[in-house]
Amino acid sequence: MTAGTIHHRDKFLQTIAKKLGREQRKTGVTRPYWKHQPQWSVFKGYSQDDLVEAFKSQCSRIHTDVVETTANQLAAALKQVVSNYGGGPVVTWDDPRFAEYGLFSLLQEEWPSEKIDVHVWNASIGQKNIECAEKANVGITFSDITLAESGTVVLFSSSGKGRTVSFLPQTYVAIVPKSTIVPRMTQAAAFIHERIEKGEQISSCINFITGPSNSADIEMNLVVGVHGPMKATYIIVKDR
Amino acid sequence: MAMKIGTGEFKERVDKGIHNSFMRSAVAEAQDRLRTRRLEAAEELGNWEEWRTLGEEIRKHTLENLDYYLWQLSENVAKRGGHVFFAQTAEEANEYIRDVVVKKNAKKIVKSKSMVTEEINLNPVLEAAGCEVIETDLGEYILQIDDHDPPSHIVAPALHKNKEQIRDVFKAKLDYKKTENPEELALHARHTLRQAYLTADVGITGCNFAIAESGSITLVTNEGNADLVTSLPKTQITVMGMERIVPTFEEMEVLVSLLTRSTVGQKLTSYITVLTGPREQGDVDGPEEFHLVIVDNGRSNILGTEFQSVLQCIRCAACVNVCPVYRHIGGHSYGSIYSGPIGAVLSPLLGGYDDYKELPYASTLCAACTEACPVKIPLHELLHKHRQVIVEREGKAPISEKLAMKAFGLGAASSVLYKLGSKMAPSAMNPFTANNRISNGPGPLKAWTETREFPAPGKERFRDWFHNRQKGGEHQS
Repeated sequence: MTAGTIHHRDKFLQTIAKKLGREQRKTGVTRPYWKHQPQWSVFKGYSQDDLVEAFKSQCSRIHTDVVETTANQLAAALKQVVSNYGGGPVVTWDDPRFAEYGLFSLLQEEWPSEKIDVHVWNASIGQKNIECAEKANVGITFSDITLAESGTVVLFSSSGKGRTVSFLPQTYVAIVPKSTIVPRMTQAAAFIHERIEKGEQISSCINFITGPSNSADIEMNLVVGVHGPMKATYIIVKDR
Repeated sequence: MAMKIGTGEFKERVDKGIHNSFMRSAVAEAQDRLRTRRLEAAEELGNWEEWRTLGEEIRKHTLENLDYYLWQLSENVAKRGGHVFFAQTAEEANEYIRDVVVKKNAKKIVKSKSMVTEEINLNPVLEAAGCEVIETDLGEYILQIDDHDPPSHIVAPALHKNKEQIRDVFKAKLDYKKTENPEELALHARHTLRQAYLTADVGITGCNFAIAESGSITLVTNEGNADLVTSLPKTQITVMGMERIVPTFEEMEVLVSLLTRSTVGQKLTSYITVLTGPREQGDVDGPEEFHLVIVDNGRSNILGTEFQSVLQCIRCAACVNVCPVYRHIGGHSYGSIYSGPIGAVLSPLLGGYDDYKELPYASTLCAACTEACPVKIPLHELLHKHRQVIVEREGKAPISEKLAMKAFGLGAASSVLYKLGSKMAPSAMNPFTANNRISNGPGPLKAWTETREFPAPGKERFRDWFHNRQKGGEHQS
């Protein structure tokens, strides 16, 4: 990757240092140990089942439907959810978990035989993916990390995991492996922070998605479904 | 729209606000709802004071080492292929952004909500360069198509408009044929703006929190508009006030939790998006080019002064939602895009006392703002400091204000002193009081009491007083 450019930095930062009454600092600052860390006490000691219950209860507050299923039943459950949303076209990530969770035949055979268009994200065809996502009725992704407290799915983008799969379609379905559920955003942030500390490159886009898009800009009336999906469902699946 | 909005003297704006009955009841209702939801969200956590202390610590540490963290941020943005421009002034920021846009030969620009781009008055610069600039936050979009009506609340910009007014604007400007039902209005905006995202050349965003350790920016929305603004156009430009930064993901997480709870009582908003550099090799969506513009525009003059803590602000508007004065006069009276207590502190610092010398008096110094602030900015103390500066250094206030200042002055430094002060205040106010109302107040109250009676300080506790006023704001004495 070609490095970017930095303009007018020196004078700008020198001004700040001067106003703060000291020399400019480029090194030697360490993050203090924060005396209070209440974020770690949320859902402390919860079992994975407790977290599932907390997650489900939060979803009822964020206009998001929840379906619980097993890996064996996942294909049938997903098919039902998509059918309830009015069928295809469907767009999904290119993510090995679709095959691992036995969804390959649904995507490649069953739906096409029922004349439901399925587009699997394909980086080699570029812009065409966005056209498919824009026309899609349902966008489907897995959740990479799931936050019980807020009812949030966390998505890390990559070449197979397009950002717009969760934004452009009319409706959105996230498949949530039970093991991905953690108490809250704290655990996700710590996970990402550790990767950065190790020198790993993080995804160019990390989405924390909590239900469908909404707005209360008109007389404080909540309208669900504004720029992004109008409806959302999470399918919690017991791991294989 | 620059930071300064509206015309006319402060007194006239207040008068207009006070006589706008729809606006006043909308503001009162919004305040009550947002305040209640914030308190419920805080209560649910149980240890809100610890959260606030942590938020304050993080913000203080970051400001004390701001040059270090901005250095780290810019290094990391550049490592990921992004471009960083440090802009000392609004003009420098606008010029750089215009140059990028012109170089890209851009004709259409989509924007997600950004107070700092309002502050630097970016849109007219881009329009003069021949671009169509489209605001995509629903509230901002409504204001934009209504001939650039100014925002009246930093989080809910179109709060002062009712749905019938919005319907009429849509009918006049957008060939809209349906009713004032908010869902129909929103759906129409969805269709119109979807086309805009898909055809725009450049996307411009603000920045809730930049993350120094990774060179990332964080965007917080409920509508998802920022995501489409940053996924579809080939070029992304993000503009941030220089203080909107945290050391690592872990601090971002804490401040986002404080922000969404304090703003609307949500655990998280629907979309929290962390973006790092342009798209990676092989990515299909996301920008090919990423520019981060870091704006000073008067902020560094606040560093190292007694007002430094105002830069801790995370723009949640919790202070706006509890302010009894905002409740009465509405956002437009402040004459600044930054309204409410935070606006009354920040606007004179960024825009100067000449335009904003009345704003520090747009407060009862009741300290509700300070109590609501999730990062513990002592807002009422800063308002009090402004008054001292105005009177003592600028010499702009009439002598009668000095007398009233004395009465208020002793009290505002701490809650204990405030209680003492408000005990003293009634006697200082005595000559102006009739039936427990100050109807002909001295100095700082004069502008107010010419159009409106003020409650006499101290006799009633603020909370009781506020409670009495919840239904629409008419006093009940």
